[in-house]
Amino acid sequence: MCLAIPGKVVELYEENGLPMGLIDFAGTRNSACLSYTPEAELGQYVLVHAGFALQTLNEEEAAASLAELSRLSAFMEADAAADDPTDGS
Amino acid sequence: MKHLSEYRDAGLAKALLAKIARTVTRPWVIMEICGGQTHSIMRHGLDQLLPPEITLVHGPGCPVCVTPLETIDRALVIAERPEVIFTSFGDMLRVPGSRDDLFRVKSRGGDVRMVYSPLEAVKLARENPDREVVFLAVGFETTAPGNAMAVKAAQREGLTNFSEIVSHVLVPPAMDAILSSPTNRVQGFLAAGHVCAIMGWSDYERLADKYQVPIVPTGFEPVDILEGILKTVQLLENGDPSVVNTYLRAVAKDGNPNARKVTDEVYTVCDRKWRGIGTLPGSGWRLRDELAAFDAEQKFQVNEIVTEEPEVCIAGEILQGLKKPHDCPAFGTECTPMNPLGATMVSSEGACAAYHKYNRGDLT
Repeated sequence: MCLAIPGKVVELYEENGLPMGLIDFAGTRNSACLSYTPEAELGQYVLVHAGFALQTLNEEEAAASLAELSRLSAFMEADAAADDPTDGS
Repeated sequence: MKHLSEYRDAGLAKALLAKIARTVTRPWVIMEICGGQTHSIMRHGLDQLLPPEITLVHGPGCPVCVTPLETIDRALVIAERPEVIFTSFGDMLRVPGSRDDLFRVKSRGGDVRMVYSPLEAVKLARENPDREVVFLAVGFETTAPGNAMAVKAAQREGLTNFSEIVSHVLVPPAMDAILSSPTNRVQGFLAAGHVCAIMGWSDYERLADKYQVPIVPTGFEPVDILEGILKTVQLLENGDPSVVNTYLRAVAKDGNPNARKVTDEVYTVCDRKWRGIGTLPGSGWRLRDELAAFDAEQKFQVNEIVTEEPEVCIAGEILQGLKKPHDCPAFGTECTPMNPLGATMVSSEGACAAYHKYNRGDLT
Protein backbone atom coordinates (compact mmCIF):
# COMPACT_ATOMS: atom_id res chain seq x y z
CA MET A 1 0.00 0.00 0.00
CA CYS A 2 2.96 2.30 0.56
CA LEU A 3 3.75 2.47 -3.13
CA ALA A 4 4.43 5.98 -4.37
CA ILE A 5 4.99 6.98 -7.97
CA PRO A 6 7.24 9.76 -9.27
CA GLY A 7 5.56 12.32 -11.52
CA LYS A 8 6.25 15.74 -12.95
CA VAL A 9 4.35 18.81 -11.75
CA VAL A 10 2.75 20.35 -14.85
CA GLU A 11 0.19 22.69 -13.27
CA LEU A 12 -0.22 24.37 -9.90
CA TYR A 13 -3.62 25.43 -8.56
CA GLU A 14 -5.65 25.74 -5.38
CA GLU A 15 -8.75 23.76 -4.46
CA ASN A 16 -10.82 24.33 -1.32
CA GLY A 17 -7.94 26.15 0.29
CA LEU A 18 -5.35 23.44 -0.42
CA PRO A 19 -2.37 23.74 -2.79
CA MET A 20 -2.76 21.19 -5.57
CA GLY A 21 -0.79 20.09 -8.61
CA LEU A 22 -1.60 18.34 -11.83
CA ILE A 23 1.00 15.59 -12.04
CA ASP A 24 2.15 13.87 -15.22
CA PHE A 25 3.02 10.19 -14.75
CA ALA A 26 4.60 9.39 -18.13
CA GLY A 27 1.54 10.62 -19.98
CA THR A 28 -1.17 9.80 -17.45
CA ARG A 29 -2.20 12.87 -15.52
CA ASN A 30 -3.81 13.06 -12.11
CA SER A 31 -4.10 15.62 -9.37
CA ALA A 32 -2.21 15.53 -6.08
CA CYS A 33 -2.30 17.66 -2.97
CA LEU A 34 0.95 19.59 -2.52
CA SER A 35 0.38 20.71 1.09
CA TYR A 36 3.36 18.70 2.28
CA THR A 37 5.69 19.78 -0.53
CA PRO A 38 5.16 23.57 -0.69
CA GLU A 39 8.56 23.85 -2.35
CA ALA A 40 7.40 21.91 -5.44
CA GLU A 41 7.61 23.98 -8.60
CA LEU A 42 6.47 23.46 -12.16
CA GLY A 43 8.71 20.93 -13.89
CA GLN A 44 9.90 19.31 -10.66
CA TYR A 45 9.29 15.66 -9.84
CA VAL A 46 7.32 14.68 -6.75
CA LEU A 47 6.65 11.28 -5.21
CA VAL A 48 2.87 10.77 -5.04
CA HIS A 49 1.04 8.37 -2.74
CA ALA A 50 -2.76 8.21 -2.33
CA GLY A 51 -3.34 11.67 -3.74
CA PHE A 52 -0.59 13.43 -1.78
CA ALA A 53 2.95 14.39 -2.74
CA LEU A 54 5.23 12.91 -0.04
CA GLN A 55 8.49 14.49 -1.18
CA THR A 56 10.03 16.52 -3.95
CA LEU A 57 12.60 14.23 -5.54
CA ASN A 58 16.18 15.29 -5.03
CA GLU A 59 17.67 15.55 -8.53
CA GLU A 60 21.25 15.99 -7.30
CA GLU A 61 21.12 12.88 -5.14
CA ALA A 62 19.47 10.90 -7.94
CA ALA A 63 22.19 11.91 -10.42
CA ALA A 64 24.96 11.16 -7.93
CA SER A 65 23.50 7.72 -7.08
CA LEU A 66 23.13 6.77 -10.74
CA ALA A 67 26.67 7.93 -11.52
CA GLU A 68 27.99 5.79 -8.69
CA LEU A 69 25.98 2.78 -9.89
CA SER A 70 27.32 3.28 -13.43
CA ARG A 71 30.88 3.31 -12.10
CA LEU A 72 30.19 0.10 -10.17
CA SER A 73 28.71 -1.45 -13.31
CA ALA A 74 31.75 -0.52 -15.42
CA PHE A 75 34.09 -1.82 -12.72
CA MET A 76 32.26 -5.15 -12.35
CA GLU A 77 32.25 -5.64 -16.15
CA ALA A 78 35.98 -4.94 -16.39
CA ASP A 79 36.59 -7.21 -13.42
CA ALA A 80 34.54 -10.04 -14.94
CA ALA A 81 36.38 -9.66 -18.26
CA ALA A 82 39.75 -9.84 -16.46
CA ASP A 83 38.62 -13.01 -14.63
CA ASP A 84 37.25 -14.72 -17.71
CA PRO A 85 39.87 -17.08 -19.25
CA THR A 86 37.85 -17.37 -22.47
CA ASP A 87 38.15 -13.65 -23.00
CA GLY A 88 40.81 -12.98 -25.65
CA SER A 89 42.07 -9.74 -24.18
CA MET B 1 9.58 7.23 -16.85
CA LYS B 2 12.14 9.42 -15.14
CA HIS B 3 13.11 8.38 -11.59
CA LEU B 4 11.65 4.93 -12.26
CA SER B 5 12.95 3.23 -15.41
CA GLU B 6 16.62 3.96 -14.56
CA TYR B 7 16.16 1.76 -11.51
CA ARG B 8 14.93 -1.18 -13.60
CA ASP B 9 18.13 -1.35 -15.66
CA ALA B 10 19.29 -4.95 -16.11
CA GLY B 11 22.97 -3.97 -16.43
CA LEU B 12 22.98 -2.13 -13.11
CA ALA B 13 21.09 -4.99 -11.46
CA LYS B 14 23.65 -7.52 -12.74
CA ALA B 15 26.53 -5.38 -11.47
CA LEU B 16 24.94 -5.12 -8.03
CA LEU B 17 24.26 -8.88 -7.92
CA ALA B 18 27.90 -9.55 -8.83
CA LYS B 19 29.10 -7.15 -6.15
CA ILE B 20 26.81 -8.76 -3.55
CA ALA B 21 28.19 -12.20 -4.48
CA ARG B 22 31.75 -10.85 -4.09
CA THR B 23 30.96 -9.28 -0.71
CA VAL B 24 29.11 -12.05 1.09
CA THR B 25 31.20 -14.62 2.99
CA ARG B 26 28.65 -16.27 5.26
CA PRO B 27 24.88 -16.72 5.71
CA TRP B 28 22.78 -13.69 6.57
CA VAL B 29 19.03 -13.27 7.17
CA ILE B 30 17.71 -9.93 5.98
CA MET B 31 14.12 -8.72 6.35
CA GLU B 32 12.46 -6.31 3.97
CA ILE B 33 9.81 -4.53 5.98
CA CYS B 34 7.44 -3.33 3.31
CA GLY B 35 4.96 -5.47 1.40
CA GLY B 36 5.63 -3.36 -1.69
CA GLN B 37 9.26 -4.41 -1.52
CA THR B 38 8.26 -8.07 -1.03
CA HIS B 39 6.11 -7.81 -4.14
CA SER B 40 8.94 -6.20 -6.14
CA ILE B 41 11.43 -8.88 -5.01
CA MET B 42 9.10 -11.66 -6.18
CA ARG B 43 8.03 -9.92 -9.37
CA HIS B 44 11.59 -9.35 -10.54
CA GLY B 45 12.86 -12.70 -9.22
CA LEU B 46 15.50 -11.07 -7.05
CA ASP B 47 15.21 -13.81 -4.41
CA GLN B 48 16.25 -16.33 -7.06
CA LEU B 49 19.22 -14.28 -8.28
CA LEU B 50 20.86 -13.61 -4.92
CA PRO B 51 23.71 -15.81 -3.65
CA PRO B 52 22.51 -18.72 -1.48
CA GLU B 53 24.08 -17.20 1.64
CA ILE B 54 21.40 -14.50 1.69
CA THR B 55 17.94 -15.36 2.98
CA LEU B 56 15.27 -12.71 2.57
CA VAL B 57 12.39 -12.90 5.03
CA HIS B 58 9.31 -10.80 4.61
CA GLY B 59 8.15 -8.30 7.18
CA PRO B 60 4.81 -7.06 8.50
CA GLY B 61 4.71 -3.98 6.26
CA CYS B 62 1.39 -4.61 4.59
CA PRO B 63 -1.33 -2.54 6.26
CA VAL B 64 -4.09 -4.43 4.51
CA CYS B 65 -2.72 -7.67 5.98
CA VAL B 66 -2.32 -6.41 9.52
CA THR B 67 -5.60 -4.49 9.87
CA PRO B 68 -7.37 -6.47 12.60
CA LEU B 69 -10.49 -8.46 11.85
CA GLU B 70 -12.52 -6.42 14.31
CA THR B 71 -11.76 -3.20 12.43
CA ILE B 72 -13.09 -4.83 9.25
CA ASP B 73 -16.14 -6.10 11.13
CA ARG B 74 -16.80 -2.60 12.51
CA ALA B 75 -16.40 -1.12 9.02
CA LEU B 76 -18.90 -3.62 7.61
CA VAL B 77 -21.54 -2.71 10.23
CA ILE B 78 -21.11 1.00 9.43
CA ALA B 79 -21.09 0.44 5.65
CA GLU B 80 -24.47 -1.32 5.82
CA ARG B 81 -26.22 1.72 7.29
CA PRO B 82 -28.49 3.37 4.71
CA GLU B 83 -27.38 6.93 5.48
CA VAL B 84 -23.68 6.08 5.03
CA ILE B 85 -21.45 6.54 2.00
CA PHE B 86 -18.54 4.27 2.92
CA THR B 87 -15.22 5.13 1.29
CA SER B 88 -11.94 3.24 1.19
CA PHE B 89 -8.81 2.66 -0.83
CA GLY B 90 -9.46 -0.16 -3.29
CA ASP B 91 -7.28 -2.76 -1.64
CA MET B 92 -9.40 -2.84 1.52
CA LEU B 93 -12.65 -3.67 -0.30
CA ARG B 94 -12.11 -7.41 -0.63
CA VAL B 95 -10.49 -7.98 2.74
CA PRO B 96 -12.66 -10.51 4.55
CA GLY B 97 -14.01 -9.76 7.98
CA SER B 98 -15.26 -12.65 10.05
CA ARG B 99 -18.31 -13.19 7.81
CA ASP B 100 -18.32 -10.64 5.00
CA ASP B 101 -16.36 -8.09 3.00
CA LEU B 102 -17.08 -4.58 1.71
CA PHE B 103 -17.69 -5.77 -1.86
CA ARG B 104 -20.46 -8.06 -0.62
CA VAL B 105 -22.00 -5.19 1.34
CA LYS B 106 -21.92 -3.16 -1.88
CA SER B 107 -23.51 -6.01 -3.84
CA ARG B 108 -26.37 -6.02 -1.32
CA GLY B 109 -26.98 -2.32 -1.96
CA GLY B 110 -24.58 -0.67 0.45
CA ASP B 111 -23.12 2.61 -0.81
CA VAL B 112 -19.44 1.60 -0.79
CA ARG B 113 -17.10 3.66 -2.94
CA MET B 114 -13.41 3.36 -3.77
CA VAL B 115 -11.40 6.58 -3.55
CA TYR B 116 -7.91 7.42 -4.79
CA SER B 117 -7.34 10.16 -2.20
CA PRO B 118 -8.95 10.75 1.20
CA LEU B 119 -9.74 14.26 -0.06
CA GLU B 120 -12.27 12.64 -2.43
CA ALA B 121 -14.14 11.42 0.65
CA VAL B 122 -14.18 14.98 2.01
CA LYS B 123 -15.55 16.15 -1.35
CA LEU B 124 -18.33 13.55 -1.11
CA ALA B 125 -19.19 14.87 2.35
CA ARG B 126 -19.33 18.42 0.98
CA GLU B 127 -21.58 17.38 -1.92
CA ASN B 128 -23.87 15.13 0.15
CA PRO B 129 -24.77 17.09 3.29
CA ASP B 130 -27.69 14.76 4.05
CA ARG B 131 -25.46 11.66 4.08
CA GLU B 132 -22.73 10.46 6.46
CA VAL B 133 -19.40 9.91 4.70
CA VAL B 134 -17.03 7.49 6.42
CA PHE B 135 -13.43 6.89 5.32
CA LEU B 136 -11.50 3.77 6.32
CA ALA B 137 -8.14 5.26 7.30
CA VAL B 138 -5.61 2.44 7.29
CA GLY B 139 -1.94 2.44 6.44
CA PHE B 140 1.52 3.11 7.77
CA GLU B 141 3.29 6.44 8.34
CA THR B 142 3.28 6.98 4.55
CA THR B 143 -0.51 7.14 4.31
CA ALA B 144 -1.38 8.84 7.59
CA PRO B 145 -0.47 12.44 6.57
CA GLY B 146 -3.04 12.42 3.75
CA ASN B 147 -5.69 10.91 5.98
CA ALA B 148 -4.86 13.52 8.65
CA MET B 149 -5.20 16.31 6.09
CA ALA B 150 -8.69 15.02 5.22
CA VAL B 151 -9.74 15.50 8.87
CA LYS B 152 -8.17 18.97 8.89
CA ALA B 153 -9.99 19.90 5.68
CA ALA B 154 -13.35 18.65 6.98
CA GLN B 155 -12.82 20.54 10.25
CA ARG B 156 -11.90 23.75 8.45
CA GLU B 157 -14.95 23.50 6.21
CA GLY B 158 -17.24 22.71 9.16
CA LEU B 159 -18.30 19.36 7.70
CA THR B 160 -19.99 17.41 10.48
CA ASN B 161 -20.92 14.49 8.19
CA PHE B 162 -17.33 13.27 7.66
CA SER B 163 -15.61 10.74 9.90
CA GLU B 164 -12.82 8.17 9.79
CA ILE B 165 -12.28 4.67 11.10
CA VAL B 166 -8.64 5.11 12.06
CA SER B 167 -6.46 2.01 12.14
CA HIS B 168 -3.00 3.37 11.41
CA VAL B 169 0.07 1.31 12.27
CA LEU B 170 3.68 2.29 12.88
CA VAL B 171 6.81 0.52 11.66
CA PRO B 172 9.44 0.99 14.42
CA PRO B 173 7.40 -0.70 17.20
CA ALA B 174 6.86 -3.70 14.92
CA MET B 175 10.61 -3.92 14.25
CA ASP B 176 11.20 -3.63 17.98
CA ALA B 177 8.79 -6.54 18.59
CA ILE B 178 10.52 -8.69 15.97
CA LEU B 179 14.00 -7.95 17.30
CA SER B 180 13.08 -8.47 20.95
CA SER B 181 11.57 -11.91 20.31
CA PRO B 182 13.75 -14.76 21.66
CA THR B 183 13.15 -16.59 18.38
CA ASN B 184 14.20 -13.70 16.17
CA ARG B 185 16.48 -14.62 13.27
CA VAL B 186 16.59 -11.26 11.43
CA GLN B 187 20.14 -9.84 11.30
CA GLY B 188 19.58 -6.77 9.11
CA PHE B 189 16.69 -4.74 7.73
CA LEU B 190 15.74 -3.02 4.53
CA ALA B 191 13.64 -0.20 5.97
CA ALA B 192 10.55 0.91 4.03
CA GLY B 193 11.60 3.83 1.84
CA HIS B 194 8.30 5.66 1.69
CA VAL B 195 7.72 5.43 5.43
CA CYS B 196 11.16 7.03 5.78
CA ALA B 197 10.24 9.71 3.20
CA ILE B 198 7.78 10.96 5.84
CA MET B 199 9.41 9.97 9.13
CA GLY B 200 13.10 10.20 8.26
CA TRP B 201 15.38 7.62 9.84
CA SER B 202 16.35 8.91 13.30
CA ASP B 203 14.08 6.34 14.98
CA TYR B 204 16.05 3.57 13.35
CA GLU B 205 19.34 4.71 14.88
CA ARG B 206 17.90 3.88 18.30
CA LEU B 207 16.81 0.42 17.12
CA ALA B 208 20.11 -0.27 15.33
CA ASP B 209 22.01 0.66 18.46
CA LYS B 210 19.74 -1.24 20.87
CA TYR B 211 19.78 -4.51 18.90
CA GLN B 212 23.11 -4.06 17.05
CA VAL B 213 21.55 -4.59 13.60
CA PRO B 214 22.16 -2.60 10.43
CA ILE B 215 19.09 -0.86 8.99
CA VAL B 216 19.06 0.45 5.44
CA PRO B 217 16.24 2.69 4.15
CA THR B 218 15.62 1.29 0.66
CA GLY B 219 13.53 2.11 -2.41
CA PHE B 220 11.19 -0.12 -4.38
CA GLU B 221 12.62 -0.74 -7.84
CA PRO B 222 14.87 -3.77 -8.43
CA VAL B 223 18.08 -1.69 -8.57
CA ASP B 224 17.02 0.15 -5.39
CA ILE B 225 16.40 -3.15 -3.58
CA LEU B 226 19.69 -4.68 -4.69
CA GLU B 227 21.51 -1.52 -3.61
CA GLY B 228 19.83 -1.82 -0.20
CA ILE B 229 20.79 -5.50 0.06
CA LEU B 230 24.41 -4.75 -0.94
CA LYS B 231 24.70 -2.03 1.70
CA THR B 232 23.12 -4.29 4.35
CA VAL B 233 25.52 -7.13 3.49
CA GLN B 234 28.52 -4.76 3.60
CA LEU B 235 27.45 -3.53 7.04
CA LEU B 236 26.84 -7.10 8.28
CA GLU B 237 30.17 -8.35 6.97
CA ASN B 238 31.93 -5.41 8.66
CA GLY B 239 30.05 -5.89 11.95
CA ASP B 240 28.74 -2.36 11.63
CA PRO B 241 25.22 -1.87 13.07
CA SER B 242 24.65 1.49 11.40
CA VAL B 243 21.71 3.10 9.64
CA VAL B 244 22.69 3.98 6.07
CA ASN B 245 20.17 5.49 3.68
CA THR B 246 20.33 4.19 0.10
CA TYR B 247 17.09 5.84 -1.10
CA LEU B 248 18.74 9.23 -1.35
CA ARG B 249 16.49 10.76 -4.00
CA ALA B 250 13.40 10.41 -1.79
CA VAL B 251 14.52 10.22 1.83
CA ALA B 252 16.01 12.98 3.94
CA LYS B 253 17.19 12.28 7.48
CA ASP B 254 14.36 14.29 9.01
CA GLY B 255 11.76 13.01 6.50
CA ASN B 256 8.99 15.47 5.75
CA PRO B 257 8.49 17.78 8.76
CA ASN B 258 5.37 19.41 7.23
CA ALA B 259 3.65 16.05 6.97
CA ARG B 260 4.72 14.95 10.44
CA LYS B 261 3.42 18.18 12.00
CA VAL B 262 -0.09 17.84 10.57
CA THR B 263 -0.21 14.12 11.35
CA ASP B 264 0.75 14.88 14.96
CA GLU B 265 -1.97 17.54 15.22
CA VAL B 266 -4.63 15.01 14.17
CA TYR B 267 -3.46 11.64 15.47
CA THR B 268 -1.84 10.43 18.68
CA VAL B 269 0.07 7.24 19.45
CA CYS B 270 -1.92 4.31 20.85
CA ASP B 271 -1.59 0.56 21.38
CA ARG B 272 -2.72 -1.25 18.25
CA LYS B 273 -3.79 -4.80 17.52
CA TRP B 274 -2.09 -6.29 14.43
CA ARG B 275 -3.83 -9.09 12.58
CA GLY B 276 -1.76 -12.24 12.95
CA ILE B 277 0.55 -10.76 15.59
CA GLY B 278 -1.55 -9.33 18.42
CA THR B 279 -1.45 -6.04 20.30
CA LEU B 280 1.82 -4.12 20.19
CA PRO B 281 2.24 -1.22 22.62
CA GLY B 282 2.53 2.24 21.05
CA SER B 283 2.28 0.79 17.56
CA GLY B 284 -0.57 2.81 16.10
CA TRP B 285 -2.14 6.20 15.67
CA ARG B 286 -5.70 7.14 16.64
CA LEU B 287 -7.60 10.41 16.43
CA ARG B 288 -6.80 12.90 19.17
CA ASP B 289 -9.53 13.22 21.81
CA GLU B 290 -10.39 16.77 20.75
CA LEU B 291 -11.19 15.44 17.26
CA ALA B 292 -13.54 12.70 18.54
CA ALA B 293 -16.34 14.18 16.39
CA PHE B 294 -14.48 12.72 13.39
CA ASP B 295 -14.18 9.24 14.93
CA ALA B 296 -16.58 6.95 13.06
CA GLU B 297 -16.26 4.15 15.63
CA GLN B 298 -17.57 6.49 18.33
CA LYS B 299 -20.12 8.16 16.08
CA PHE B 300 -21.71 4.85 15.08
CA GLN B 301 -21.04 3.14 18.42
CA VAL B 302 -19.28 0.07 17.09
CA ASN B 303 -16.53 -0.03 19.70
CA GLU B 304 -18.20 -2.95 21.45
CA ILE B 305 -17.60 -5.21 18.42
CA VAL B 306 -14.59 -7.34 19.33
CA THR B 307 -13.42 -10.17 17.10
CA GLU B 308 -10.76 -12.69 18.08
CA GLU B 309 -8.40 -14.01 15.42
CA PRO B 310 -8.98 -17.66 14.52
CA GLU B 311 -5.87 -19.82 14.92
CA VAL B 312 -6.05 -21.12 11.38
CA CYS B 313 -2.73 -20.16 9.87
CA ILE B 314 0.88 -19.22 10.54
CA ALA B 315 0.59 -15.62 9.32
CA GLY B 316 1.89 -14.25 12.62
CA GLU B 317 5.11 -16.25 12.33
CA ILE B 318 5.49 -15.24 8.67
CA LEU B 319 5.00 -11.56 9.52
CA GLN B 320 7.76 -11.85 12.10
CA GLY B 321 10.15 -13.55 9.68
CA LEU B 322 10.09 -16.85 11.59
CA LYS B 323 8.55 -18.90 8.79
CA LYS B 324 8.08 -18.75 5.03
CA PRO B 325 4.70 -19.09 3.30
CA HIS B 326 5.41 -22.60 1.99
CA ASP B 327 6.05 -23.80 5.54
CA CYS B 328 2.26 -23.71 5.98
CA PRO B 329 0.36 -26.90 5.08
CA ALA B 330 -2.67 -24.83 4.01
CA PHE B 331 -0.65 -22.71 1.54
CA GLY B 332 -2.04 -23.04 -1.98
CA THR B 333 -4.52 -25.72 -0.94
CA GLU B 334 -7.04 -24.60 1.68
CA CYS B 335 -5.63 -21.07 1.61
CA THR B 336 -5.50 -19.18 -1.70
CA PRO B 337 -5.93 -15.52 -2.74
CA MET B 338 -9.55 -16.30 -3.63
CA ASN B 339 -10.15 -17.92 -0.26
CA PRO B 340 -7.60 -16.48 2.15
CA LEU B 341 -7.42 -18.01 5.63
CA GLY B 342 -5.16 -15.34 7.06
CA ALA B 343 -3.51 -11.98 6.96
CA THR B 344 -0.64 -12.63 4.57
CA MET B 345 -2.84 -14.14 1.83
CA VAL B 346 -5.43 -11.37 2.10
CA SER B 347 -3.66 -8.56 0.27
CA SER B 348 -1.76 -8.77 -3.01
CA GLU B 349 1.19 -7.30 -1.06
CA GLY B 350 1.10 -10.04 1.56
CA ALA B 351 3.98 -12.51 1.53
CA CYS B 352 1.72 -15.55 0.97
CA ALA B 353 -0.15 -13.83 -1.87
CA ALA B 354 3.16 -12.82 -3.49
CA TYR B 355 4.54 -16.39 -3.18
CA HIS B 356 1.30 -17.73 -4.65
CA LYS B 357 1.24 -15.28 -7.57
CA TYR B 358 4.89 -15.79 -8.49
CA ASN B 359 4.87 -19.53 -7.84
CA ARG B 360 7.44 -19.63 -5.04
CA GLY B 361 5.78 -22.32 -2.99
CA ASP B 362 6.75 -25.49 -4.87
CA LEU B 363 3.13 -25.57 -6.02
CA THR B 364 2.34 -28.75 -7.84
